[in-house]
Amino acid sequence: MRITAVAYAVLALFALMVPLLGIYPVFMMQLLCLAMFACAYNLLLGFGRMLSFGHAAFFGTAAYATGWLVTAHAWGPGTAILAGVVVAALLGLAVGTLAIRRQGIYFAMITLALAQLIYFVCLEAPFTGGENGLQGVPRGKLLGFLPLKSDVVLYYVVLAAFVAVFLFIRRVVHSPFGQVLKAIRDNEPRAISLGYEINRYKLLAFVLSATLAGFAGSLKALVFGFVTLSDVQQSTSGEVILMTLLGGTGTFFGPVVGAAVVTTLQQYLSDLVGGWVIAIIGVVFVACVLSFRRGIVGELAAARWLRRAPPPR
Amino acid sequence: MTSVFGIPVAVILGQLMLGLVNGSFYAMLSLGLAVIFGLMGVVNFAHGAFYTLGAFAALLALQLFGINYWVALIVAPLAVGALGMIVERLLLRRVYGLDPLYGLLLTFGLALICEGSLNQVFGATGQSYPVPPALAGGFNLGFMFLPLYRAWVIAVSVVVCFSTWYVIERTRLGATLRAARENTPLLQSFGVNVPLLMAGTFGGGVALAALAGVLASPIVLVNSYMGSSLVIVVFAVVVIGGMGSILGSIVGGLTLGVVEGFTKVLYPEASNVVVFVIMALVLILRPAGLFGRD
Repeated sequence: MRITAVAYAVLALFALMVPLLGIYPVFMMQLLCLAMFACAYNLLLGFGRMLSFGHAAFFGTAAYATGWLVTAHAWGPGTAILAGVVVAALLGLAVGTLAIRRQGIYFAMITLALAQLIYFVCLEAPFTGGENGLQGVPRGKLLGFLPLKSDVVLYYVVLAAFVAVFLFIRRVVHSPFGQVLKAIRDNEPRAISLGYEINRYKLLAFVLSATLAGFAGSLKALVFGFVTLSDVQQSTSGEVILMTLLGGTGTFFGPVVGAAVVTTLQQYLSDLVGGWVIAIIGVVFVACVLSFRRGIVGELAAARWLRRAPPPR
Repeated sequence: MTSVFGIPVAVILGQLMLGLVNGSFYAMLSLGLAVIFGLMGVVNFAHGAFYTLGAFAALLALQLFGINYWVALIVAPLAVGALGMIVERLLLRRVYGLDPLYGLLLTFGLALICEGSLNQVFGATGQSYPVPPALAGGFNLGFMFLPLYRAWVIAVSVVVCFSTWYVIERTRLGATLRAARENTPLLQSFGVNVPLLMAGTFGGGVALAALAGVLASPIVLVNSYMGSSLVIVVFAVVVIGGMGSILGSIVGGLTLGVVEGFTKVLYPEASNVVVFVIMALVLILRPAGLFGRD
C-alpha cells in the first residue's frame, strides 16, 4: 500500500513538472489522451469482460464532432468537447444496445462490424473531409479565457481531464454498480439468478466506456489540430486493446502503463525500423496472449503479493 | 423489357453477377471460419490474412518460378494450409481451454504480423495477376456479357463449399471431427489422434481461405490488406448466418453478396454498409442468427 502511494506521488510530481523537464508537451498530451482512451476501454474489458473491437468508432466520431464544430461553426473548445462527448455517448447507446444482445466472441465481431459501418459513414459524410480529414482545427480559448494555443496551458488542461477520468473510473468500479458489473464478469448466470437485470448493467458500462473514449477523442482533436480517418479505423481499436492488455486488464493503472509503452514504442521504433512497427505490434500481441495475460501491472501485482494464482483463463 | 425502374436489365444482371462473385468469396471465407470455430472453438481473426497469403503465394509462384495458375490453385492452398498447421501446433494450441477471447486476440496479433510484413516487403500498391488464357474472354448470353473467369469462380466456390459441407456432415471423417469437439478424452481413448485432427482442421479451414485468395488474385489487385476489410464483412456474414451453421455460412455468404450487388445498382452509396445494416436488423429481430441455434 505504501509503495503504491509513493509511486502515485512520484508520478503526480513528474506529470506536474513535465513542461519544466523539457519533454515535448504534445507527445505527453498524446500519451495522456491515449491513456484516457485505454482507461475507458478497460472499464468495459477489464471490469465487464466485454471485448469490443470497435472502440475507435467512439474515439474518432467524437474527435470529428469536436473538430467540425470548432472549425466550421466556431464553437468554443469547451462546448465542442461536450458535444463530442454527447455524440459518443449516443453512439455508444446505439451500438451497445445491439452488441449486448450477444456475448463473448459474437460481441467482439458485432462491435467490429458496427465500427466498420461507422467508418464508412465517416468516409462518405460531407463534413468529415473524406480522405483528407479535418485539418487546421483551432484550439481556441477554454471558458473564454484560457488560451489553449499555448502547449503548456493545454497540457495542464489535458492532465486535469485525465486525472478526473481516472478518479471517476475508480469511483465507478468501487461503487455498487461496479461491484455488480464485476459479479456479472465473473459469473453471469449467478448474477442473473440473484435478480440483477444484467443487460442494463452491461449497457450502462458500455455507454460509460464509449463516452469516456469520446472525451479522449475530442481532446485529441484539439491537441493535434487535425482529425483523420485513422482515428475511426480498426487499427486504432486494435491499439487500444493492445494498450489495455499489455498494461493489465482489470487493473486501474495498467492501461496507463500500456498506453505509455505502446506510444513510446511507436514513436521510437518507427524511426528505427520504419514500417515494421505493425508487425512488431503483432508480435507483442501474440507474446501478451501467450505468456503474460495479466499484463505488466497485473504481473507485478501478482508477484508482489506472491499470489500464486494461475494466469487468467 | 430492357429496363427496370429506369435501370437497364444488363446493368442489373451485371451487378448480380459481381455480387455472386463477391458472395462466393464471402461463402468460402465464412465456411472456413465456421469449420474452425465449430470444431475448435477458435475465432480465427487471421482468416483474412491467410486469404491474402494465398493470393501472394500464387503471385510469387508465378513471378519467381513461373508456376502457372492451375498448379498454384492446388499448391498455394496446400502451402498455406501447412503453414496454418504449424501455427496451430506452435501457438494456437496454447490457448485451448482458455476464454475464447484469447484465441481471437492471438489470431488478431498473427494477422498484424502477417499483413504488416507483407506490406513492408511488397509495398502498399497492388499487383495484378494475369487471368489464365483458358479462362479469358466470355460468352455473350444475348442479354448480358458473361466473363468466363467470373463464372469459373462461382462454380469452383459452389463445388468446394458443398463438398466441404458433405465431408463434415455426411462422412465418417466429419463425424470424427464433430466427436472431437463433443468429447475429446473419449475419442482419444478410442485411439484417435485428436491433436493431429485439430491441426488438420485448422490447416483445412485456412487452406479454404487461401484457395479463395488464389481465385481472387486475377480479379482484384493483390495487396497486403486485401483480406483485412473482407474479413470484417465475413464476420458480419457469420453473425447474420449463425456461427455454428455450416450451411448457414454458405447460403448466407452467397445471398449477402447478391444483396450487396443489388444495392450497388439501387443506392450505390450504401453498398459498403448494407451487410452491416442487415446484421444490425438481424440482431434486433433474431439475435441468434438466421440459421443459428442457441
